[in-house]
Amino acid sequence: MVNTGDTAWVLTSAALVLLMTPGLALFYGGMVRSKSVLNMMMMSFGALALVSVLWVLYGYSLAFGDDIGGGLLGDPTEFLGLAGLMEDTTSAAGGLPAMAFVAFQCVFAIITVALISGAIADRAKFGTWLVFVGIWASVVYFPIAHWVFDFTLTDDDGTVTHVGGWIANNLAALDFAGGTAVHINAGAAGLALALVLGKRQGFGTEAMRPHNLPLVMIGAGLLWFGWFGFNAGSALGANNTASVVFVNTIVATSAAVLGWLLTEKLRDGHATSLGAASGVVAGLVAITPACNALSPIGSIAVGAIAGVLCALAVGLKYTFGYDDSLDVVAVHLVGGLWGTLAIGFFATASAPAGVDAVFYGGGVDQLWRQCVGAFAVLGVSFVATYLIGLLLEKTIGFRIDEEDEIAGIDAVVHAESGYDLHATGAGSRLMGSPPPVAATRASDTRTSEGKVTA
Amino acid sequence: MRLVTAVIKPHKWDDVRQALESFGITGMTVTEASGYGRQKGHTEVYRGAEYDVALVPKLRVELVVEDADATDVVGVISMAAATGTIGDGKVWVVPVDTVVRVRTGEVDQAAL
Repeated sequence: MVNTGDTAWVLTSAALVLLMTPGLALFYGGMVRSKSVLNMMMMSFGALALVSVLWVLYGYSLAFGDDIGGGLLGDPTEFLGLAGLMEDTTSAAGGLPAMAFVAFQCVFAIITVALISGAIADRAKFGTWLVFVGIWASVVYFPIAHWVFDFTLTDDDGTVTHVGGWIANNLAALDFAGGTAVHINAGAAGLALALVLGKRQGFGTEAMRPHNLPLVMIGAGLLWFGWFGFNAGSALGANNTASVVFVNTIVATSAAVLGWLLTEKLRDGHATSLGAASGVVAGLVAITPACNALSPIGSIAVGAIAGVLCALAVGLKYTFGYDDSLDVVAVHLVGGLWGTLAIGFFATASAPAGVDAVFYGGGVDQLWRQCVGAFAVLGVSFVATYLIGLLLEKTIGFRIDEEDEIAGIDAVVHAESGYDLHATGAGSRLMGSPPPVAATRASDTRTSEGKVTA
Repeated sequence: MRLVTAVIKPHKWDDVRQALESFGITGMTVTEASGYGRQKGHTEVYRGAEYDVALVPKLRVELVVEDADATDVVGVISMAAATGTIGDGKVWVVPVDTVVRVRTGEVDQAAL
């Protein structure tokens, strides 16, 4: 029997999380120069299209199939092509249809892959990006989603009916909605790809300022809206946990905006709109793993610190000279690490997760579990992504030509331009159309050839 | 005939237009331009990275007038466009050989 309330909330949440990827496209698209806005947005839309198909074919099974050993990977054949999941899988006691969970986890896979694209703005071949998306989702995301999100299940007699991943079950690290699997994972992958592809032409000298900050603000707003599905939807029910998580997601994000803006005001003298939009995302990233383990007051602290940390971490790319173009490392890797480790300090047993951490007298037990989970994902994601990136660069090539990059990737790779702001359509005509006919002249002092006789 | 070109602060355009209409000028061409002089540009900051933005938005106002009016028109524009602060712009005058009104084919004085 389907629990209609829970099912309605999870399906709604899945739609909210899907909207995050077009939101990310706007957030990233506004931040690049106008000559590469379309390519930036296409990397998100491309990931959306490809990952959905892979998810249905074998991705869900790799992530949520019965474990094939060591908590490392789900059985790829169990739900191949989502076999057997169309019939009603809910118990008599009520529950969530398997397909609702399939849909909800599908959109997580999409946004995780899309997040990486911010590290390689303006310079990646679109075809190679799609190949990367397919390989990375299969080799890195699907297994890590199994580690973090796939819980071992037992029936009423205590018999194990399903074996899940090692981080969720053996290590018992807390990651409610994906601080490790989504944000540390995408952040480490972004760093690896930025290193493989190298810096953009003119990085560190030319102005590469965002071409459309209102787009960035709209994108940040859509991400925040969708993120309620991401976090509160991860309760997998319309219940108290979802409600606590919802409030923590509001307040941590707001605190992070304040933290980021304060850092900017003190350091640069100005509180900026890009800082506010970035603070939104930094706060959302940090609260993602922790949102069911913290009190609302703890969420304010974790969010505010996330805003400050991530604002400061943006400077790392200039210090170390890697071109993580849109700060995937500073926002997702640093924010994800902070949120995941912060559970080890700020978790309180009065929150739905029911764990006391260092600041609530729980000792360091939870903290070391968080550290192991976070750094395992970081290490595996970085190394695997670097190897995949290098393989693609050496075979089919990952980076576009220098001249094409300077001319602009939109025109060269996609044969489009993001904006037509010319009254003449930049002098464009439909190819193959007949040439324009000369206008008939009024009788005046000019001959038909235009010679002035007066 | 003379071509008078003025580069002015965008927010002074309405003052300039009204002053020119009072003087009897019936039309002009206005282009959005950008540039810098002694004013230099300004600084913008994105995620902590400071950029020196050299070019400042300006309007370029162009009008062709009779020789006798050129000096007065320059005076009218420069009075109306002035704020007294740096970056008020420039006005200059060059001679013009021929003018044709496209609609009728009228030339020179008749075309002004």
